[in-house]
Parts: sequence; C-alpha cells; structure tokens
Amino acid sequence: MITVSHLTVYYRTVQALWNVSFTVQSGRLTGIIGPNGAGKSTLLKGMLGLVPIAQGEAIYRDRPLMHQLDQVAYIPQRSQVDWTYPATVWDVVLMGRIRKSGWFRRFSTVSRRVATTALERVGMVDYRDRPIGQLSGGQQQRVFLARALAEEAEIFCLDEPLTGIDQKTEAIIFDILRELADSGKTVLVVNHDLGEAITHFDDLVLLNRELIAVGDRQSVLHPENMNRAYGGMVNFFSARAA
Amino acid sequence: MLQFLLEPLQYDFMQRSLIVAVLVGILCAVVGSYLMVQRLALLGDAISHSVMPGLAIAFALGANIFVGAFIAGVLSTLLIALIHTRSPIKEDTAMGIVFSAFFALGITLITTIQKDNKVDLNHFLFGNILGVSWEDVISTIVIAAIVIAVILLLFKELQFYTFDPVGAQAAGLPVNLLNFGLMILIALTIVASLKVVGVILVLALLVTPGATAYLLVKRLHQMMLLGAAISILASISGMYLSYYYNLPSGPAVVLVSAGLFTLAFLFSPRHGLLTHPQRSSASSPLLQEIKSLIRFKQWFTRS
Repeated sequence: MITVSHLTVYYRTVQALWNVSFTVQSGRLTGIIGPNGAGKSTLLKGMLGLVPIAQGEAIYRDRPLMHQLDQVAYIPQRSQVDWTYPATVWDVVLMGRIRKSGWFRRFSTVSRRVATTALERVGMVDYRDRPIGQLSGGQQQRVFLARALAEEAEIFCLDEPLTGIDQKTEAIIFDILRELADSGKTVLVVNHDLGEAITHFDDLVLLNRELIAVGDRQSVLHPENMNRAYGGMVNFFSARAA
Repeated sequence: MLQFLLEPLQYDFMQRSLIVAVLVGILCAVVGSYLMVQRLALLGDAISHSVMPGLAIAFALGANIFVGAFIAGVLSTLLIALIHTRSPIKEDTAMGIVFSAFFALGITLITTIQKDNKVDLNHFLFGNILGVSWEDVISTIVIAAIVIAVILLLFKELQFYTFDPVGAQAAGLPVNLLNFGLMILIALTIVASLKVVGVILVLALLVTPGATAYLLVKRLHQMMLLGAAISILASISGMYLSYYYNLPSGPAVVLVSAGLFTLAFLFSPRHGLLTHPQRSSASSPLLQEIKSLIRFKQWFTRS
C-alpha cells in the first residue's frame, strides 16, 4: 500500500497539483484519470520524487517512496524518449537490470535470463536485435514493459502506456498488469482516455489539479465526479464505462 | 608507397602531431557520440568556444592552459544550466548567450595579452598541431586514458541516462551526477582537442565521425568503436594530406572526416541516399507533403 498525503507540486509558478491525498492498494489495478493538464503524470513523478515537491509525501512500507526506487519499475511516456537512439531491443530491456547489477559491473547471466524471460512475456523475443527505431508504437511500448518486468519490482508505475498502440499490445499489457496485481504487486497506470480500456481498472484516481474522487471504478465514474473533473463534457463515456 | 608513408615520420614534429591527432580522434568520436545521441551537438560548440577566456588567463598567469581551459569550459556549462533551470529561457538560447559572451571575452583577453606574451590568436582559433610538444603528447595521453576509463566503467549507466533520463532517475541512478560527469568528460575532450583543430573546428571532430558511424551500425558501443576507427583514418590521412600538399592540418582532418561522412550518407546499406532511393525520397519533406495531399484527396473523394 502506498499512502500519498498532501502532495503539492509547482512548475515554476504554476500550480500543477494541490494537496492530493489518497492510498493505492497492493494487488489491485489502479488507474489515474483526468482531463489534459490535470497533473496525472505529475502525480506519478511527484510520488517518485522525479519532480520537486512543494509539500507532502508518498509513503510505502513506512518510508518515503522516493528513497526506495529500487522497489519501483517506472515506464515513462513513450514520447519522452528519442526512439532514433542507437540501441536494440535487447539494449533497452537490459537497462532494467542496471540497478540490480551495480556500478562498474557487467550484466550477469541471471540478468540476461531475466531479460530474455521478460521479452518472451511481452511477445518480443524475436525482435531482440532489432534497432528500436524500427518498431511500431505498440512494440516500443511492449519493450518498455519488458524493461519494467526485468526490474523485478514491487511497484509498477506506467505513464500513459495506452497512447498510440494497437489492440494486441493493449491486450498483452492488461494481461500482464492483471497478473502482476494478482501476485500482490502495486500497479499504477496513468490513462488519458476514457474508452473501453478503463473497464480493466479496479480502482481509479480522478484528478483535476486536485483530487476529485478516489475509490473503486464504479464509484469514481459517478456522473457527478466526472462533471466536476471534466466540466460536463463526458457524461456519455462515464455512463458507459460504469 | 612505403617511402610515401615513412617520409613524414622522420620528423619529430610529425610523429608528435600524428600521435596527438590519432588520440584526439578516438577521444572525440567516443565522447561526441554522447553529444549526438542527446541532441546536444550545440553544447559541444558552446563549450569549445567558452574555453577561450580560460586559455587566455592561464597564458597570462603562466599556468597550465589545459587547466584554465577546463575550468572555463565547466564554468560555462554550469552557467548554461543555471540560466535554463532558473528562468523561462530555453537551453539552446542559454547556450547561445553564454558561449558567445565567453568567446568574446576570450578574444578580448587574448588580443590584450597578445603583444606581451607572443601568442597567436589564430592558434587558439584553428589549432597548431605541428607545434605540439612531447609534454602536450603526454597530457593528451593522460586525458584520453582518464576519459576512456570512465566511459568503460560507466558505460551502461551513461547509456541508460542518455537514452531515457527520466527512466534512469526513476531507477534510482544519480542522474545529476551522471550529467555533470558527462559534461566534464566533454570539457576534457575539447580541451585535449584544441591543439589539433582549435576552438572553431572541434565540433567537427566531435560529431562527424559519430554521425558517420550512426549511419552504418545500430548500437551505441558499435557507433563509438566504428566512429573511433573512422576518426583515426581521417586524422592520419588529413595529416598526410597536410604534409604533402602543404594544407592547414586541422582543416585537412575535418575535410577528410566530412568526406567520409558524405560516403556513408550516400552509400550506407540501411540509410544511404543512393542505396535507398525509395526510402529517402519518401522521407523528403516536400514529397511527403505532396503525397499526404494526394492521400487526403483520395480519402475525401471516397467518403
């Protein structure tokens, strides 16, 4: 369980997130939703200490989460990375083993085995030696997921993994995330669209610069909450997804 | 042929300059690869221009000019980082401001001390490889050894950081330290290269061999190794061209390097302009624009 309390983040003078408090349960799939610019990615980054926090904290097992990043596998937005970088699929997946390998060390046989298993799990083992620039969006996302799996973490944080991917990848991602949750891991996913995919989540965190609602999916998708977050634009979606 | 190759080597100064040119070539290709993959080529230019006042002050004080240049280079990167993190000014603009100011200060200082110290502004700007001493050779060897050792030891961490800085931070790597370390490696490399090509052309050594290799291979370490090989070839042939045709050495090396890049650009098996005519024309912005217009029209008429 992660307990977030009074998390407040500023970007220079702009308030990105104000006084957000909630808990994330282990063993459940939690989605972070909200309109554009609601601070969804910022919330994730704030919890991990990747952006400066003005106030508040995220606590995991009695200690600040940002000091236990070895427990966390984080997948950034695909657009945050330069996919023309001279690396193969294998190079990227092995990056998930760097923390476990330690400084000045080469990757161990264990690391290589874990990386291979992770690639098999996302169905990308045949693409091992492919330059990452030659992959489709969905394949790139699966490589990132494999990298996260290779970290063998307790907490999985995914920033908009469903943007610009194919059906097959979406199915694979949710299969794996469900498996992780069932084995007791904590899974947090930033998700910007409110389509079909939202029905995969057990719990939702609804944001718009501040916390609008949190809890199980049905209760969060209550029209009243959605109105407050989106300003009355998505009644139709919320009704269907609930 | 052998005679042709051996003749320049009978001169001490040619031996020294060849050693330095090759070492600097290797160093620049390896370190420059990091600049290229981070889209920071301009930073290489910025640091190289920024070392000028350090050179001048060290010269005037009689201190080691490598140290002076290094301090000025690091100072400039810190200033650039300060401006871009503490104000809404973007990084490229911050670089432009800092490096031109440092460069201007450097030129002013060198011009002022020029009369008393018998230094030549041109040597700073364009290098003076034929004038390297054995002392210079040793400093270059030491710098090259340090930089290459650090890169070998931190290769996987630096690769992670340069590919995905946020991901590396989230994995708990000390990204600020890695970034600062990388800046120091770049500054050291530039300082070591000044004798060969001078402030203005260092950028060519940093990015051209790496870019050439990038067109031919697909992994970072391959890019560094092949880049280094290309760089050695360019350094040696540039020096020989300069010896036999009495050309300025630094520019000769840079021109050979650019020639090799042109070859890769035209004939690379995966990306070459001539070896991949279809793909290349498809990616030309103008043609793409036209194609998308046609596609749009088809789509429009169909529906």
